[in-house]
Amino acid sequence: MSRFLRHRLFWPAVILAALLLLNLVFTDHFFSVEIKDGHLYGSLVDIVRFGAPLILVALGMTLVIATGGIDLSVGSVVAISGALACLRISDLGDQNSTGGVLGAVVLALALSLVLGAWNGFLVAGIGIQPIIATLILMVAGRGLAQLVTDGQIITVNSSPYKLIGGGYWLTLPFGIIIVAAVLALTAFLTRRLALGLLIESVGGNAEASRLAGISARGVLMMVYAFCGLCAGVAGLMISSNVSSADGNNAGLWIELDAILAVVIGGTPLAGGRFSLSGTVLGALIIQTLTTTIYSIGVPPETTLLFKALVVTIVCLLQSPAFREKVFHRRGRPTSARPAAEEKATVTA
Amino acid sequence: MTSTTGPLAGRRTLPRKYIPVLVTAALFMAMFVAGGIRYDGFATGQIILNVFIDNAFLLVVAVGMAFVILTGGIDLSVGSVVALATMISAVLLQHGWPAYAVIALVLAIGAVLGLGMGAIIHYFEIQPFIVTLAGMFLARGLCYTIGTDSISIEDATFTAFAQSRIELGGGMWVSPSVLITAVVVLAAAYVLHYTRLGRNVYATGGSEQSALLMGLPVARTKIAVYTISGFCSALGGLLLSFYMLSGYGLHAVGMELDAIAAVVIGGTLLTGGTGYLLGTVLGVLVLGLIQTIISFEGTLSSWWTKIFIGLLLFAFILLQRLIGARRR
Repeated sequence: MSRFLRHRLFWPAVILAALLLLNLVFTDHFFSVEIKDGHLYGSLVDIVRFGAPLILVALGMTLVIATGGIDLSVGSVVAISGALACLRISDLGDQNSTGGVLGAVVLALALSLVLGAWNGFLVAGIGIQPIIATLILMVAGRGLAQLVTDGQIITVNSSPYKLIGGGYWLTLPFGIIIVAAVLALTAFLTRRLALGLLIESVGGNAEASRLAGISARGVLMMVYAFCGLCAGVAGLMISSNVSSADGNNAGLWIELDAILAVVIGGTPLAGGRFSLSGTVLGALIIQTLTTTIYSIGVPPETTLLFKALVVTIVCLLQSPAFREKVFHRRGRPTSARPAAEEKATVTA
Repeated sequence: MTSTTGPLAGRRTLPRKYIPVLVTAALFMAMFVAGGIRYDGFATGQIILNVFIDNAFLLVVAVGMAFVILTGGIDLSVGSVVALATMISAVLLQHGWPAYAVIALVLAIGAVLGLGMGAIIHYFEIQPFIVTLAGMFLARGLCYTIGTDSISIEDATFTAFAQSRIELGGGMWVSPSVLITAVVVLAAAYVLHYTRLGRNVYATGGSEQSALLMGLPVARTKIAVYTISGFCSALGGLLLSFYMLSGYGLHAVGMELDAIAAVVIGGTLLTGGTGYLLGTVLGVLVLGLIQTIISFEGTLSSWWTKIFIGLLLFAFILLQRLIGARRR
């Protein structure tokens, strides 16, 4: 039981459960999930469906943060990817042709990958501090997205494109399937193969891992490119869900939510270790929080205050120092804590 | 060990630690000269002074940010605290409070917010990024709770601050805000390089563990830097309300990134422990000069402006990096 209580993800899970229960009080049948017309419906499904882009962005961000970096440009990449895909589709003669839509999607994803690799090049190739390297693309990328859409909102009417963010496949929302696939692939690559270990060692000490024979530059390039790709997929989902691309507002400030999700999930910003399941949990907490704000009717002006409150509570509960000081739990010496935590992550 | 001694006079070779700042200064001059060649009426002293006038609030905020980053932390709440400061001053002045009481109260609120965040960061060992992100939501949320519309300021003292000019001779002038900023920068430089608190800031940023083992007051230092940053943000907010003569919840959105960029462009490492305040001043000047060049360029649409800012920032950082690296 005490091992269970001490698990890294115990407190985030408690917060998520508490938020969901709060919803149950305000909304009847909040937990009910049903199948209508062969589609899965329910508030819980909606949380995962609308949270899918955030989960994707946060997954990419997790790997970047694990190397000790940060990527501020994901919001702009989200906007660019959606804008480019919608532009290509709106130029198609037949917007419902699967081949044309597929071409547009591949093009948008390829560009996202290139933009991510560009960040990686600035960080690993030139050696610019990640926050500034990605700030360049964050500023310029927002301009690029507006250039693609010409400052307008591009609307498309394409059923194959609508599938990505708003459609269903095998009774499940398609977005959830994409997230599950990306998550499974990432988990396999980082936890079953040595890649995760390489990423963590670069985050722990890039110079030492280079001397140990790891291509630190290659690893860095890869995680930034992956982060760009994830943001690109998220951009397609967001624009497909509303069948339009808005260069100004799509993905605005999603980088902050994504970083928040990663940190709530127990990945330290200093790098060196990461938790994919924690990130998913963190993203779900943020999405549930958004849903809760609507369902319990918090007035729009105080939304941010409510968010600040919940974020503070989550972080305080997660902080071992806070729990020790406030709940007077068995006073383990503080110096023993980091070592114990590190052991736990190796087995995870 | 990070050295905080004064300029090493009499040495022939330039100490390596000054190179980032010098490279930044040289590139700034190059950018200014390039602008002077390209645009008529650009290469005047007043252009530089205008950069100071238009960015006085950013400079004050960046000074506070420099303290935080030197200890290895980060403060994302500054932009929201600036907005909150403009909002609180506008509302209180509307209710007929005396201007100086408002100024004192706003500065106190900023310092207390910073103090609270610093205490949470230190005592509960939560990452600064997250605590100040929550602080950012909190301050921005408070702005919207106070009011969602822009409130104009008509108070006589604030208007006097906004409109008076201090002539420097030769047709050049600065606003009172620039003088306040100059005082802040000089005071901060003195504190950082010539006082015990300054040495503690560098030591904590260099290695918190070592600073602790040396018996330095790490707790007090860490809480102090966030308090300073909160205070500077509130002061920046006051300067912004002199500049805009309005309080609005959407003022200074994204300003935290400008402040961080200015500090980092000035050669300060985000990991803490290295950097000079002069670099931060240069960083703000670089960002301001980029804006000036864009306004001289004139006909850019809003998206080309963003792309152009990104390109200039990239070119600047690339050159800074290449020149700095070659000298090693």
